[in-house]
Amino acid sequence: MAVADVASAGAEEVPDRIYRHSGLTRATHWINAITLFVLLLSGLNIFMAEPGLFIGQYADFDHPAVRIFAAHAADGHLVGVTQIGNSQITTTGFLGVSNNATGHPVARTWPTWMTLPSYRDLATARRWHFFFAWVLVINGAAYLAWNTYVRHIQKDLWLTRQDIAEIPQSVVDHALLRHPTGLAATRYNVLQKLAYLAVILVLVPGMVLTGLTMSPGMDAALPILPWAFGGRQTARTLHFVFAWSLVLFFIVHMVEMVLAGPINEITSIVTGWYRVPKAHSAPHSDKGAV
Amino acid sequence: MSDTPILAQIRSAALARRNWLKAGLASLGGLWLAGCDQLSNNTAALKVLESAEGLTRRAQRLVLTPGQLAPEFKASDISPNFKANGSVDPQDAAYRAHVANGFVDWRLSIEGLVQHPMKLSLADLKARKSRTQITRHDCVEGWSCIGQWTGAPLADLIREAGLKPEAKFLVFHCMDTMGGGGEDNRYYESIALADAFHPQTLLAYEMNGAPLAVPHGAPVRLRVERHLGYKQAKYLERIEAVASLDGLHGGKGGYWPDRGYEWYAGI
Repeated sequence: MAVADVASAGAEEVPDRIYRHSGLTRATHWINAITLFVLLLSGLNIFMAEPGLFIGQYADFDHPAVRIFAAHAADGHLVGVTQIGNSQITTTGFLGVSNNATGHPVARTWPTWMTLPSYRDLATARRWHFFFAWVLVINGAAYLAWNTYVRHIQKDLWLTRQDIAEIPQSVVDHALLRHPTGLAATRYNVLQKLAYLAVILVLVPGMVLTGLTMSPGMDAALPILPWAFGGRQTARTLHFVFAWSLVLFFIVHMVEMVLAGPINEITSIVTGWYRVPKAHSAPHSDKGAV
Repeated sequence: MSDTPILAQIRSAALARRNWLKAGLASLGGLWLAGCDQLSNNTAALKVLESAEGLTRRAQRLVLTPGQLAPEFKASDISPNFKANGSVDPQDAAYRAHVANGFVDWRLSIEGLVQHPMKLSLADLKARKSRTQITRHDCVEGWSCIGQWTGAPLADLIREAGLKPEAKFLVFHCMDTMGGGGEDNRYYESIALADAFHPQTLLAYEMNGAPLAVPHGAPVRLRVERHLGYKQAKYLERIEAVASLDGLHGGKGGYWPDRGYEWYAGI
């Protein structure tokens, strides 16, 4: 209801286009996208050196929280196994065992297309990872500092009372793949705000902090880091959880982009200009109901 | 039920489009992968990526004061199963001979750019002031183990030997040969003077209250906390003070740094 009410109430004043994303936001968005992609793929290569996750200060090798490995079946062929806690599932072809370039199954944590470099190379993967970690930090700091200074985060992303009241309606709208139009489309909806806030204030800073906690030098400089995350191995596990949370965000981000109109959405994050969807096409508006 | 001709046509068109899309995505992905692999083997591109190491080193030196200690733990935190990595049972003839007679003839020499070169037996090291610490060992692979180390603080020894003013690094020459091969595959590592004088930097001869075992570097290994595991050189025989790392082995200051890993191992 709320979405349609706002849309119809302000129908006359709705501009055709709005300048939605500042130059800095657009630039940092794309740098961030490429950076996170490189960090994910190089991070997955690094993970292959110790394909298990643990809780605590040290690695309790007999009790991993997660482990991906290859085993031999009774007939001798390779089986990929993913273990979470005490339960194991067969993931041959994807995790633990996947095909090499010539189509032969080999013991490998991830398929070649998921790692950077595609071949196993801890030293080079670390080089990629730490270079782009610096890019992530500098780019993210620029985004946060500027958008706090111009109050973009406070004005456009921070939740208002109205946003909180609209959460149930927004959940329904998302479930029905209904997208706001008119005036409502000129601002972010509450779930969208929550997703963006989670990325910029929790997931990316969480990646950086858990990453720093894995550095023995940083743990000496800031002993609060391993203390706060419950140990270096827990931090490593959280680094992994945050990374896949960002992948999940990316998938939802892409789905929403396609549903909301990919041309308009991509144009807006490239040029800054967003065409406001017209209210009359809304299935929910008063005009439509009559 | 069979499709009407028009439906079948739509269906096959959709299928063709899907296949085309799939092929397009796959080749884009292939290009990306091939591109990244190519960059990973390109000297100029690697140099750019490697430039991050200097930034990391400077940033960490900025926030890390010289005396700041790595976190220490309680006895109850010690790993029940401390993983031994790298060389775990060196087959070098000279090393086997030392193992066979309990390291009585083993000597550690401190040489290079020092005023007073030294040769120390295991008994000499043990007779000196010692430090015991329970610290976390972080492998570059991602795992950690916690152990208790007892040894002679390196700072005392190099003060005694007296560094010449041009000395900038300490190089640790080891007795183990990595993965077969000759002298060039001997393990070695090096540290900056800031780390050499750090209070937790030890020449450790005991681990968890027992003499250092062969898999962990007997008779003496380096403990340079605040760095990854590959800096913790095992099977020591010679410490050399140098002005530059250029002339040694691959010139990058360590067995693994010569093979692409960061010389600055605080990350």
